[in-house]
Parts: sequence; C-alpha cells; structure tokens
Amino acid sequence: MGVMSKSPWLLHYDASSCNGCDIEVLDCLTPKYDVERFGIINTGDPFQADILLITGGVNSQTEPVVKQLYSQMPDPKVVVAVGICACTGGVFKECYNIKGGIDTVIPVDVYVPGCAARPESIIDGVIQALNILDEKRAALKSKAREK
Amino acid sequence: MRIVFVICYLILAPFLGALLDGVERCISARMQGRRGPSVLQPFYDLRKLFSKQMIAVNNVQLFLNLSYLIFLVIAGCMLFSGTDILMCLFILSLADMFLVIAASSDSSPYANMGAGREMIQMMAYEPLTLIIAVGFYLSSGSFQVADIIQMSVSPVVFMPGMLIGFMFTAAIKFRKSPFDLSTSHHAHQEMVKGLTTEMSGTTLGIMNIAEYYEMILILGIFCLFIINKNWWSWPLAIVVCLFILFLEILWDNATARLKWQHLLYGSWLVTLLAGGLNLLILMLIK
Amino acid sequence: MDLIPILIGFPAVMAVILPFLKNERVRGIVVYIGAGCVIALALANLGMWLAGGGVTVNLYMDTELIDHAMTVVDLFLMCLIIYMGIKYRKILVIILTVVQTGLLMYVEFTAQLPENYHMMEDGLAILMCIIVAIVGSLICIYAVGYMKGYHSHHKEFKDRQPFFFSMLFLFLAAMLGLVLSQSLIWMYFFWEITSVISFLLIGYTRTDEAIHNSFTALWMNLLGGLGFSVAIAVLVQNTGSVQLSDAIAFGGALPLACLALAGLTKSAQLPFSSWLLGAMVAPTPSSALLHSATMVKAGVYLLIRLAPAMHGTAVGMMVSLIGGFTFIAASMMAIAQNDGKKVLAFSTISNLGLIVACAGIGVEETVWGGVLLMIFHAVSKSMLFQAVGATENCLGSRDIEDMHGLLLRLPKLTYIMGIGIAGMYLAPFGMLISKWVALKAFVDSENVLLVIFIAYGSATTMFYWTKWLSKLTTQHRARQSVKDITRKDEYLSMFIHAGAMLLMCLLFPFLATGVVNPILESMFGYASTVLSMSVLATMAIMLISVLIVPTIMAFVTRMAKRELVPIYMNGVNEGDNRHFVNSLGEPTHLYLSNWYLRFEFGMRHLMKPCVYLSASLLIVVFCLIIGGAVQ
Repeated sequence: MGVMSKSPWLLHYDASSCNGCDIEVLDCLTPKYDVERFGIINTGDPFQADILLITGGVNSQTEPVVKQLYSQMPDPKVVVAVGICACTGGVFKECYNIKGGIDTVIPVDVYVPGCAARPESIIDGVIQALNILDEKRAALKSKAREK
Repeated sequence: MRIVFVICYLILAPFLGALLDGVERCISARMQGRRGPSVLQPFYDLRKLFSKQMIAVNNVQLFLNLSYLIFLVIAGCMLFSGTDILMCLFILSLADMFLVIAASSDSSPYANMGAGREMIQMMAYEPLTLIIAVGFYLSSGSFQVADIIQMSVSPVVFMPGMLIGFMFTAAIKFRKSPFDLSTSHHAHQEMVKGLTTEMSGTTLGIMNIAEYYEMILILGIFCLFIINKNWWSWPLAIVVCLFILFLEILWDNATARLKWQHLLYGSWLVTLLAGGLNLLILMLIK
Repeated sequence: MDLIPILIGFPAVMAVILPFLKNERVRGIVVYIGAGCVIALALANLGMWLAGGGVTVNLYMDTELIDHAMTVVDLFLMCLIIYMGIKYRKILVIILTVVQTGLLMYVEFTAQLPENYHMMEDGLAILMCIIVAIVGSLICIYAVGYMKGYHSHHKEFKDRQPFFFSMLFLFLAAMLGLVLSQSLIWMYFFWEITSVISFLLIGYTRTDEAIHNSFTALWMNLLGGLGFSVAIAVLVQNTGSVQLSDAIAFGGALPLACLALAGLTKSAQLPFSSWLLGAMVAPTPSSALLHSATMVKAGVYLLIRLAPAMHGTAVGMMVSLIGGFTFIAASMMAIAQNDGKKVLAFSTISNLGLIVACAGIGVEETVWGGVLLMIFHAVSKSMLFQAVGATENCLGSRDIEDMHGLLLRLPKLTYIMGIGIAGMYLAPFGMLISKWVALKAFVDSENVLLVIFIAYGSATTMFYWTKWLSKLTTQHRARQSVKDITRKDEYLSMFIHAGAMLLMCLLFPFLATGVVNPILESMFGYASTVLSMSVLATMAIMLISVLIVPTIMAFVTRMAKRELVPIYMNGVNEGDNRHFVNSLGEPTHLYLSNWYLRFEFGMRHLMKPCVYLSASLLIVVFCLIIGGAVQ
C-alpha cells in the first residue's frame, strides 16, 4: 500500500439522495464495520479530503456545489459515486430537475451501485478507490519529474 | 545535560507525540468497541499530508502556521532546558496567538468561528496556567524549572488542587471532547473543522506537528508536578503522565461537547476552587 | 541656572498666543515650532540635570509673588466652575469647588508655614517630564493634521481649534508643573488646572452628551481635589508642613487616604471609572493626551510617590485592592465593546489599575514594575489612540467591526496599530515583562487576591486584544477601497511613537537598569536587581525572534508554489469570498463578527456591581480611618 492509501480522508456529500445511502455511509463508521481501521476519517472538509463520496443524482441546485467542492480538494483526489442514483440517476433519471449521475458533472473513479448501497460494498468501493489514489499520485509524481 | 534535553525534545517530541496520538486513537476505538487504526496511523497521516498538492486560500496562512510551530518549539525548549516556567507559558500563549491569527486570516465563516472559540479557550485556561507557575514558585522558591526539579519532595505535595485543576484544563489543550470547541474531532462536525477548515496538506501537517510538540510540552508540565531530586521520581512522573493521558481519553469518550459558556465558567470556577484555594493554603503554610 | 521656569512658562505663553491665531496655516506652523521647543527644553533640562550629577535637587525657596498669583488663579478657577455650574444647573460641582478652595484659602491664610522648597527634580519627576514633553508635543503635532480632518468630517460642530490648541499647551504647562512640584499646595494648583482643562476639552463639541460627560468628569475630579485639600489641611495641622516628602515621612492614615482618593479619581479607578469612558466623546488628540498618555498618569504618579508610605498600611491595602479589582473588571468590560476608543479607554483604566495596585503594595519590586508599566503604557496607548483617530478620519467609523481586513485597506495605519497592540500584551514586549514583575511581587507580598486578579485579568486582556488584532489582519478584500487621508504630520508623530516603542523594547535591559533603578534608589534608598540581567537578555532575544521568525517564515514560504482556491462556504461560495448563495438562490453578503459576550461581560451588567463593590470598600476604609480604628 502506498502513501495515499494508508490515510484516506473522506468528504461525504449528499447531492440529492433520499438519505438511504447516507445512512449506509454512516453505518460504515459504526463498530460493526469500523472504517477507521483503514485509517479512514470522515472529515467533512474538502481542504483535507482525498476521497469525495457522493450520494444521489445531481440536480441543478447541487451541480455548482459539487463542482466547487471538487475544486477545493487538493490533488491527488478520487470520486466515489455511492448508490444507483449517484451512478446513473437511478429511478429519478428522467425527472425534469435531475441531470443524471455524478459523472455528468465531475469525473467519477469508482461506482458503487445499490439502492441503498450496502456498507460492505461501500467499503469495497472505497478500498478500490485507494488503489486509484495511489496510481494518481504516482502519475502526478512522474509528471512533476518530467517537468 | 540541558542541551541533551533540548535536543531530545526537538527530535523526539513529534515522534513521541504522534505515537501517543496513535495509541490514543487505538484506545478510543477499543473503548467504543471498535478495532481502530494502526498505532502508526498518525505517521501515515503526516506522510500523506506532506505529499499532497499545496492549495491555500491566501498567501499568509502557511507562514503564520510555521511561526506557530516555531514558537511552540521555543516554548517547549524553554521548559526542557530548565529556564523560567512563566516565560515558557507566556511564549506558549504567544504561539497560540499566531494560530488564532492564522485561522482568522482566511476571513472564512468556519475558521473565524473556530478562531473565536480558540480565543475563548485561551481565556479559559490562561488563569490556571499562571496560578500553577506561581504555585511552583511558592513551593520551590524559584520560577526556574531547573530549581523546581531539585526539590526534596515532589511539588504535587504542595499543590494537589492545582494538579486536579490542570487535569481539567489540559483537556482544552489536548483538544479533548467536552472542550474541543475550536477544532472538531472526527465525526462531530458542527462547524466543519473549526479553525483548521482552510488548512490543507502541508499547512495542516505543520499544525499537527505543532500539536504534538504542544502535547509533549503539556505532559512535561505534568511531569514537573511529580519530579523531585530522587531518581525514581522520573519514571514515576512518566507513569503518572500516561495515566493522566488515559483519564483524558476516558473523559473524551464519556462526554459530549459543551457550549462555550460551560467551558469558560467551568474552567474559571475550577481554577478558582482548585487553583485559588490551593494557592491560598500554600501562601499560608509557606 | 535651571530651565524649569522656561519649561513651564513656554507652553503657558504658547497657550496665551494661540487663541489669537485665526489663520489655520500660521497656527499649524506655530504649533510645530512650539512642540519642537517643548521637546528641546525638556531634553535640555534632562541634560542639565544629568550634568549636575543626576541627584535630587530642591528648588525655589522664596516664591511669595508666585504664591499670590496661584491664589488668584485658584479663585479664578473656582469662579469659572461656579459660572459653568450655574449656567448648566449643576449644584454638585459648585459645592465641591467652593468647599475645597475655601478650605485651601483658610489654610493658606491662617497657617504659618515655614519657608521650604517648592519644586524638586529627581529621577521620577524628570522621567515624567520627558514622557509628558515628548508624547504630549507629538500629540500636539498630530492634532494639527487631525483637527483639519475632524472638522471636514464633522461639519455640525463649531470649529474652535484656536481654543483647542491653547488648551493642549496649557495642559502641557500644568502637567510639567505638577510632576515637578514638591509643595502640595503647588501640586494642588496644577492638579486643579488639569481637571478644568479636561472638563473644557471633553465639552469641546458642546453636544448634550459632551456637556453631560464633561460635568461627570468635573465632579469626580473635584472630589479628588477635595481629598487633596483635606489632606493638605490635615497635614498642616499635624506637621506644619505642606511638603510631599513630609507627607510621606509622616504617613498618617487620613492624609494618606485623602491623597490616595485624589490619585484614584484622577486615574479613573473604580468607582470613578465612568468619567474616563465619557471623556471619549472629545476629539482624539485630547483623549490621547489627557485621558490616556499623561493626565491620568498624574494620579498614578502621585500614588507611586506615596508608595513607600503606603507599604503595609490599611490605605495601601485599599489602594492595591481597588487597583487590582479595576484591572480585572475593566478588562472584562473591554471585551464587550466594539467601539475602538471605548476599548482603549477600558484598557487604559485596566492598565492604570495594575499600576495603582503596584503602588499600593509599595515595595521596591512593585514600584519597579509600576514605573515601567507607566512608561510603556504612555507610549503605546498614545500611539494606539492616534492610529484609531486617523483610521476614523479615513473610514468614517471607529467601530472595530468596520476594521475587518484593514491590513489590506490602510496598511500603514494597521501596522502602527499592530505594534501598539502587540506592545500592550504580547510576550516579550515591555508591558508583559512589567506584568510579570508585578505578579512576582504580588506573590512575594503574599496577596492571594491580587495574584488571582492578575491571573484572570491577563486572560481577559489577551482576549480583547487578540480579537482586535485578528480582525485587523484578516485577508479580506473589501468592496470599496479606502483612501488614506492621514496627513504627514500625523504620520510623523505615529512613526516616532512606533520607533520609540520598538527601541524601548530592544533597549529594555538598559531602560530597566539605567532609568528605573536610579529612581528606586532615590525612593527607597537602595535598589537591587529585580530581574536578573540574563532574564532581561533572554527577553531581548525573544523580542528579536518575534520580529524575525515570522519574517523568515514569510520568505521561506514565498517560494512554495500553491494554488489559491476560494474559502470553504459549504460549496455555495459565489467565488469572490464575499458572497454566498442563500436558500433562495440569491447572493448574500458574508458578514463576520467578532465575539463580544455582551450578556456576560457587558458594561450594563458589570458596571453597577463593580462600582458598588469598590465604593463600599472605599467608604468602609474611610470610616475606619475617620473613626480612628486605623492609625
């Protein structure tokens, strides 16, 4: 495991979720699942986060917010879309106010499907994101070296 | 001898502080029935923070944060080199002031609120730290740390009330739960990350290292209560320190965050009752 | 040959000339020259005193003519106050002034006073002269520019500048006379003049508020004057002398308590603090000169003089308790203020309280701390007042809330303010060291209450200064830019103050051993080193590091590449760090306020209990003394 993956800090944002996935995300912090054993901290602050965890599809109100939060995170960073709404828009996909999944606004690295996504699959998604995080850091580093 | 202490402090304090932080997180997790992170987690965190991209909201926060670190280190060095404890405490509050200025330099709502609360915290613990310095002076006849550790009996014999008071207010310094108003502990984010909200990557890493230096400094003051001229008082002091740290963790996990009014009045009351009465008695018997 | 008559006479002559100079430009030049001359005279006087060996010099044995002139002026002042009292229907001031002047006249005409010296030059007096002359003259220079700006802002007030400058110079004369006087009758004379000038300057704008406040100041100061004249009468009866040195040697409880009362009122200690707060309605130069840098120091000066006599007595106990209590109470009330001048006023009261407490304990250590506090406070507070005044002229407000991000708008003024604030409370600067010595001395004199006062008081002091400082240094780009309309003469004065402040901090060891120790020696007959040289040297090193560390760090971090992003506002930032999108989708202006804790520390809640408490302490001690329980 690399530098990044040993201490991934999360930022959890609810774009328009019904709160089902949000509850499951919080479940991960409970003693039963205990994500802190991976060094994961739920920071709630984009300036300190490495992983942006988004639930719910994007609507016109949350679109600028998602963009701004993403821009306030320092590189390297990854985005995890949790739940089917965040992945594609889900059952709300055809609604007049929904733009679709998170990937319509910012690049998404890991998709975690489910309605609501189960804690196990959320943790699995985050762990996969960690590998991407390490790759991104390596890419950044080699890019810096080239310069 | 003094130089050895100072060098040890300079080099070891951040490692020791980070290690204690890791142990603390483990113990906290166990108290909550979780497995918790690795003991070395703070080191991983630091390594990551320093490898992140530098983003900032202004050009001054980083250097103010660095100044905070430097002054904390100076304050610690003063304590561990055996010089004036009062001066050390004054420099400590100077360092804190740099932190407040760094946080409020953002002109951002959460960091400003955090900075305000940090000032309230400073106001809450400041009286007791001064009274403790006076207590050491009364019991040993000197403000010099080098003289205080040469007493024939431990200072705690003369100032038990102050020790209890300091245990109370140390929770503020350690940023532990009933009093972690200005920054937030992990899950409860009533005001995001308080005064560290806009600190990221390197800036936050510096802040963390400074906190480790500060933690060792505070533990050093706890040690002063125990240490006397006998050699066995040194290991005893370390054991007592660790025990006090354990109590703080227990307290952290057993209580919820308080409002600032409770923090301020609580600390002031405890200062008056534990510190003030102790001071009065000390003056009468000395 | 000595310079004292010229030193006092020159500003007095200036005061007579100035009302006739109606041309603004001519008046400005005359003020510059006059101020320069006062500084030169004070320095020349210092030089001559040093050339004479720097020992205590007693002067002016035979002064019958001047004595008569003073009597006439005393009567004139009484008539003036009676006239004002009748005009504005204030009975209290009339009673007070008639009683005290009558008492003094009775003493002067009935008692046979032996010939004695009337003035004295010693270290403390010369030090006060230097402070008054330099700080005072600089404030006069500042006032030339300031008053122009003031009247272009405040068209509603009548322009009475000739009168204003005349009063400033008259005040300088009176203050110089006061600190040099050895005869209590002379001192009383100058004392009364300063009270009346303060009254006239507070009422400068002639608004209802100003007149009301000026009468508050007048009756409180007259009460102190009454104490002064009672003390003189009692002393004459008991010792047959009106010399200050005899009063100290005699040390009777009643005259001491009466003189202490005079000192407490003049230095605005509780329960007499409200007059100084009211005095803030006056234009800023007079606040700087009279109500923080010099006139209120007359009270502490008297108390420091009395310190050896007060040591270990009930009066000393009372004075130190009132001082300590004022220190903490005023610093608490300062938290709840958002008006810059009010904060400065409270902080003045609070710091004077600390000096008063030092004087009340009356041992060598505390006097050492007290004298140093006085020096540092005079310079840094005068500087702060001037900076706030200049800021007010630029911004049109002296509300601390409006100073958000002032560093980017008025950088020069902010730096001056920053130096002043840092000098007031930060670690290695002068004020804090003096506070440290005071703390040590309070412990040594076994006064647990004072130790607790100082512990809590320094915490609250830190709070209100830090929040002001952080408000100033915030990196916030305001919508409108502000034009710095501060004039050159104002900057000249402020820069000299700032330079003096830094220099005094750097030369602190020298200041302590070279200036303050000789003063102690002449007061107590001996002077040991209160703080060892190594401590002082550490301090100097710390000071340098405070200046250097942030500078180096600023350079180090300048190299670091970073990307600037907007501040965190839950992702609804408009992008300019000033607006956010509210729940209706509209941009809303972000407003960040400081903490004021009005419900906890507001003046409305705290002032009355504090006044009652300290007044009852004062009354109890006076009853004990008059009843004869305390000798």
